[in-house]
This record gives sequence, structure tokens and C-alpha cells, in this order.
Amino acid sequence: MSDDVHTVGEARPAPASPPTPASALVPIARGLIWALVGFAAGAGVTSLARAAAGLEPWSLELNFTVGYAVALPGWLFGVGVWERWGREWFGRPVADGPTDRRRYLAFSVDHKVIGIQYLVTFFGLFFLGGALAMLIRWQLMSPTNQPLDAGAYNNVMSLHGIVMIAVAVASVVGGFGNYFVPLLIGARDMAFPRLNALSYWLVPPVAVLLLLSLAFGGWDSGWTAYPPLSVRNASGQVLFNLAIITFGLSSILGGLNFLVTIIHMRAPGMTWGRLPIFVWGIFATSWIALIFTQFFAAALLMVLLDRIAGTSFFEAATGGAPLLYQHIFWFYSHPAVYIFVMPGFGLTLEVIAHFSRKPLFAYRWAVAGFLGILGLSGIVWAHHMFVAGMPGELLAPILVSTELISIPTGLIFLSALGTLWMGRLWLRAPMLFALGMVFNFLIGGVTGIFLADVPTDIGLHDTYFVVAHFHYTIIGGEIFALFAGLYYWFPKMTGRMYSERLAKAHFWLMFLGFNATFLAMFWVGLHGMNRRIFTYPIDLQGPNLVTSLFGFFLGISFLPFLWNMARTLLVRRAEPAPANPWAARTLEWQTSSPPPPENFVADPVIDGHPYDYGVPGSVHAILPGVGATGTLTEGTR
Amino acid sequence: MTALTRPAGGGGAGAALMVHEAHPPHPAKPAIDRLGLWLFIASESMLFLTLAVARFYLAGLDRPEEVNLPLGLTLTVDLLLSSLLSYRAVTKIRTGDRPGFLAALAATIVLGVLFIGGVAMEWASAEFGPGTPYGTAFFSMTGLHVSHLLSGLVVLVLVYRLGRRGSFSADDHWGVTAAVRYWTFVDAMWLLVVFPTLYLL
Repeated sequence: MSDDVHTVGEARPAPASPPTPASALVPIARGLIWALVGFAAGAGVTSLARAAAGLEPWSLELNFTVGYAVALPGWLFGVGVWERWGREWFGRPVADGPTDRRRYLAFSVDHKVIGIQYLVTFFGLFFLGGALAMLIRWQLMSPTNQPLDAGAYNNVMSLHGIVMIAVAVASVVGGFGNYFVPLLIGARDMAFPRLNALSYWLVPPVAVLLLLSLAFGGWDSGWTAYPPLSVRNASGQVLFNLAIITFGLSSILGGLNFLVTIIHMRAPGMTWGRLPIFVWGIFATSWIALIFTQFFAAALLMVLLDRIAGTSFFEAATGGAPLLYQHIFWFYSHPAVYIFVMPGFGLTLEVIAHFSRKPLFAYRWAVAGFLGILGLSGIVWAHHMFVAGMPGELLAPILVSTELISIPTGLIFLSALGTLWMGRLWLRAPMLFALGMVFNFLIGGVTGIFLADVPTDIGLHDTYFVVAHFHYTIIGGEIFALFAGLYYWFPKMTGRMYSERLAKAHFWLMFLGFNATFLAMFWVGLHGMNRRIFTYPIDLQGPNLVTSLFGFFLGISFLPFLWNMARTLLVRRAEPAPANPWAARTLEWQTSSPPPPENFVADPVIDGHPYDYGVPGSVHAILPGVGATGTLTEGTR
Repeated sequence: MTALTRPAGGGGAGAALMVHEAHPPHPAKPAIDRLGLWLFIASESMLFLTLAVARFYLAGLDRPEEVNLPLGLTLTVDLLLSSLLSYRAVTKIRTGDRPGFLAALAATIVLGVLFIGGVAMEWASAEFGPGTPYGTAFFSMTGLHVSHLLSGLVVLVLVYRLGRRGSFSADDHWGVTAAVRYWTFVDAMWLLVVFPTLYLL
């Protein structure tokens, strides 16, 4: 019990027989069975207790909630927590998980496996949310003759919203954060590998609950779930609340793990001033995830209690206050937009430095930008509530604090622009997406000023101007960065090179489709088209048709991406990738593609700044017995 | 859950350190575990903060006459005692006194169970329902606290079982320390947030 049997670097016995596809599904099947057992137990005990108290035994929302509260640990224990972790709490030895390809469907503690699990899961959800967006644009092609009725539209819009929010929260942080933070800081794994696996395996129940909610009438309150609607609508709302509370737990544990990892696991010499900028982005983000996510969880818990436990947080007739929900909700959900975009900023700066072949301009100011956003993130929430009837004394202070955010954001921007200035730009696909991110986020940021200012926001609130603005920041900012990161790190993660031609086609189609779609939305928003409504005034048909057509164009732009991935990974026509195809200096490129278990052949020692391209004599890292970065491009396999 | 991970650590890092001692890249595992637990506590306390804010937002400084202050005080004393005894358990295992450690831990657990019984009495005898502003705050805050207390009790019972089977020693007692630290956190939330918010103000 005192030895850690999970250590990835230990010699592993070869599997007795080659894995079969069916055996790969065993952990998930076990998780599902124990989830069902747990659900039956929780719901059954609830019914018995109610019957004993002389109440109607079955109360859907209460029974479901208690059932789920038992089903969730059942799922986790079944899928691998028990044999790899829980046995130890009872003084028994823990077992190893599979080490072959089956580990991708198992409770693996390897940060690289978990990163891939996050990426695949959230790309799947991204395309699900995208398909829902296509449905929304089909609906809005015309104010009449629509495929969905009002209720179905609200459900589709709500599901699109929360699925994409989940993608925005977890794709870059969960995917690239897990895979690359340990590599970038020269660590062998995260600080708490099993907690890391737990964070990931909390995600599948979230997706299942969100989809299952449609069988319970869905929920029509949007991803924001404002009461009083969310206290009164169909029971699908309860599933939504349970799903997002679970997702919040995953996010909190992930943030905790990143913080401890970055604080304690850096290689010798990896001082705070030498930390790769992407790691700084994840560091600032993780504080927000750790501290603020609880407020969303608390707000959803209050709605849940109002529905199943007879409390009255938000029912005005019995002394509740719906506005309280908005305060608590936005106290998380505005900082959450920095969870979306700060890892994206970090990734963009990372790519821009490597592909400009220059030291990152004003590195310290960029770090100050991340920390400044972190510091201000907690005092800007009420700019979502300028027209909600909150106390007037809050308006001016929140206006000022919101606009202050543009200062740290500007520092990050200046770092990007200063790095590009006089750089030797290498316009490969990752760089194109990073440049696209800078362009898009500028539009997203500038239009945000009108929503931060009370006088303009009063007119623009709840119009498509807001929709266009936040899509510019989230898709234009984070999702473009996600693709920059994907193409940048694809050779490292898969050991194969993607097709540059297809990747560039993807970029240009997506860039044009995205900008055309959402620029048009600013226009209809300025002309008063309200968001979250299944139809609109007939005189806005023209621009809506244009938006929809460009929206479909944006949807189609992912086909080259999908073909590129399929061709590279499944059809196997791709050439193997070298260890360092970009001749980059950071640590993840100083090991094989993909990296071996525990990442490096020797523990790196850091001796200089990661981005000092062209600085004579500069060295970032030394791998004892191997060499220094910059001197090797191929030799570390 | 972090509480019990010490011997096997969170995974790779601890053991890796032992394997490659030529280049120890990372600090000792306890520092990592301690920070992890503190961050978890910081995060979790935000839930209590939210409900405390909600209490004043909904009910202002109102407090119904029927609130059972003597029972609340008794519960507070009970929790304070259990905190002291849980610290005694840590002190005992630090000196290698296993019987003393187990006795103090058992007493902690008993006081924790008594506390839950007290809250159940309080709920059963409350003359206000959950549907009023104060009732909303009262039942949700005490409910949140009891659910944390229950999770703490589960951890303490597991630690007790492990202790009886010979786990933990004077040099290796992070599991005990972590469980007690979490227990102290739950007690502190009662003492600093739930009790003053619901019974005193």
C-alpha cells in the first residue's frame, strides 16, 4: 500500500492476449450497471421514505435527484475509481488499468490519455452543438414556414447554448491543458493523476443528462436558467441542473489540479518568469474555475431546492427574489468567459511567438494581463443586469470596472502585436488560426464596449448584437485558438502530420464563414431583433436569410477539417511527424511524438526563457544526457 | 477524498521521485497534498458564503422568535468538542500512540453523529417551514452543512478503520491530518458562518 502502482514509467507486463474491441468497453459497461443499481437504490429509498411518511411514493423530480446522487458515485466506482483508488481506502491493494489502446476508454491516470479523452469528447459535443446551431439557422431563415414550434425552438436553443458553453469551458483547458501543461513545465504528470481521471469521468454523465432531459420535456430557460421560469418549467430542468452541478465539480477539481501542478511540479529552473505563456493562461483560468464555479453550482442548487425541497429562494409570492439568482449566476458566469478565453489567449501568444521566430514581446506585461483579468473578474458581473432592475447605485461602478478589463486584455493584445512586428512570420495553419483569433477578438472586444456602457446597453440588451458579440469572443476567440492549438500540437499528440493544404482550406472557409455570419448578426441586432425568440419581424428576413446561408457555409467549412483528421488518423496516408516539426524551443517538442510515458527520457533542467528565438547563446532547457533545446530537433526519440 | 491519498499519493509523481533520485524534480508529496486540500477547502467555502449572502438578501436581519437558540448553542459546543478531540487524535498518532489516537477519533465520530441527531431534532421541531425567507435560509444552510458533515464522518470512519488495521504511524499520518483538517473546516463553517448567520444576527 505504500507503493504507488500507478506510476506510468514502471515496466508493464505485456497483456496476456490482444485486446478485443469488446473488452475495451468493460469499464464503461460496469460503470453503467452500477449507475443503474445506484439510481434504483436512491430512487427506491426515496419512495420508501415517502411512503412511510404517508406521502405519494413517487415524486419524479425528487426521486430522480436522489437516484442520480447515488447513481453518480456508482458510475464513477464502476468505471474505475474503485479498483484504482477506492480499494485503498479500505486498506486493499489497488489495481492497474489497461496500458494498451483500451486505456482510452478506461480510468487512465496518464495526463496525455486524459487530454485526448477530453479532446475527443468535446469535439464530439462541439459538432453536436454545431448541428443544433444549423437547426437554429434553418428556423431563422424565415419568420414563417419554420421547422420547429416555439417550445421546440427554445429547447434546441437552450441545448445549443449549454453544450457550447461546456465545450468552451473544457475543450482547451481539459484537452490541451491536461496534455501539455505537464509537458511544458517539464513534469512527468499532473500533481493528482487520479483526481484528474475523476474530473474527466464526471463528464459523460453530464452529456447523458443533458440529452436525457429532452425525454422529460427538455428545458426552455436557456443555459442561464433564470428563475422564475426555471422553477416552474418542465422536469427536464432538474436534469439540466444536476448535469451542470456535476460539470462544475469536474471543472473545480480540474482547476485545483492545474494550480497544484503549476505551483509544485515545475522542473528545476522553471521559474515563474520562464513559464510558457500558455501555462500562465491556464494558471489564471484555474483560479477562476476553483473559486467561482461554486457560485453557479450554488445557484443551480437553490433552483433545485425550490423545486424539490419546498424552499423559496426565487418564488416572489413567498418572499423569494429572482434577482438574487442573476447576481449569483453572473458572479460565476461572467468570470467564466475568462475561463473560455484566457487559455485561448495563452495558446495564441504561444503560437505567435513560435511562428514569428521572435522572443515573445513584453512577456511580463502579458503575464500581468492574465493576472489583471483574474483580479478584475470578480467585480464585473452585474453588467449583465443593467436592465434587470438592480439598484441604480451599482450601474456606474460596474460600468467602470467592466471597462477596466480592457486594460489587461489590451496588454495581452499588445504582446501579440509586438511579437508579430518585424517577425519572420511562418504562415502555417496554426499561425493562421492564431492570427484569425487576434482579428476576431478585436471585433469581439470593441463591440463589448457598447454592452459595458449603460446607455448603449439599455438599447442593445437581449438583441442579436449581444449574440454576435459573444460569438465573436467565444468562437472567434477561443474556438479559433482551439484549432490553432489542434494543428500546432497535432503532430505531437498523434505522431503524424496533417495535410497543410486541407488545414489552410479549413482556415479560410471557417474565417470567412464565421465573419460573414456574425457581422450580419450585429446588423439585425442593431435593428432590434430579439434573441431567444423563434421568429422575428418580417422586414428582417433579408439579413436573416444571409446570416443563415453564411451559417451553413460556416458549418460546411468543418468538412475539410474532418476529412483531414479522418485521412490522417484512420486512412493512414499521413507521413509520420518528427519530434519537432516546427523547430520550436519549448519542452514538449524536446521529446518524441507522441511522448513516452512520463514524457521525457531525462528530467529537464531549465536554463533560460522559452521564446528567445534568435538570441545568441540562449538555451531554454537541458535534458541531461541528451542536449539543450535549440541544438536538437530530431534527436530525442 | 484527497484525505486518504497520502500513501499511494495522487499517482505518478511521488513514486517517480523515489525511482529517479538522481534528479528529484519535484518537492515532497505532502506539500502537494496539503496545497490540494487547502484549495479544495477554499473552493468549498464559497458555497457557504453564497448561502450566507442569500440569507441576508432574502430575509435581511429578520429572525423568527421560534429559533431554538439553546439547541443551537448545544450543537456548537458539541462541534467544538469534536474539533478538539480530532486534534487530539492527530497529536496522538504523531507520538505513535495508536490506542489514544483511535479513542480520540472514535469520540470525534460519536460527537459528529450526535450533532446530526441534534439537527434532525431541530428540523423536526422547527415551527417555521422551508417556504419562508428565513426558513429557506435555515433549511438550506443547515442542510448544506450536514451534508458536508456526513462526508467528513465517512472519511473519519474510513480513517478509523485503516487505523485499527495498522495504517498510519508517527512518521506517516497525512491521511489522519487531512481528514481532521477537513473536519475542522466543516466545524469552522458552522462556527463562523452557519451559527452566527442563523442564530445570532
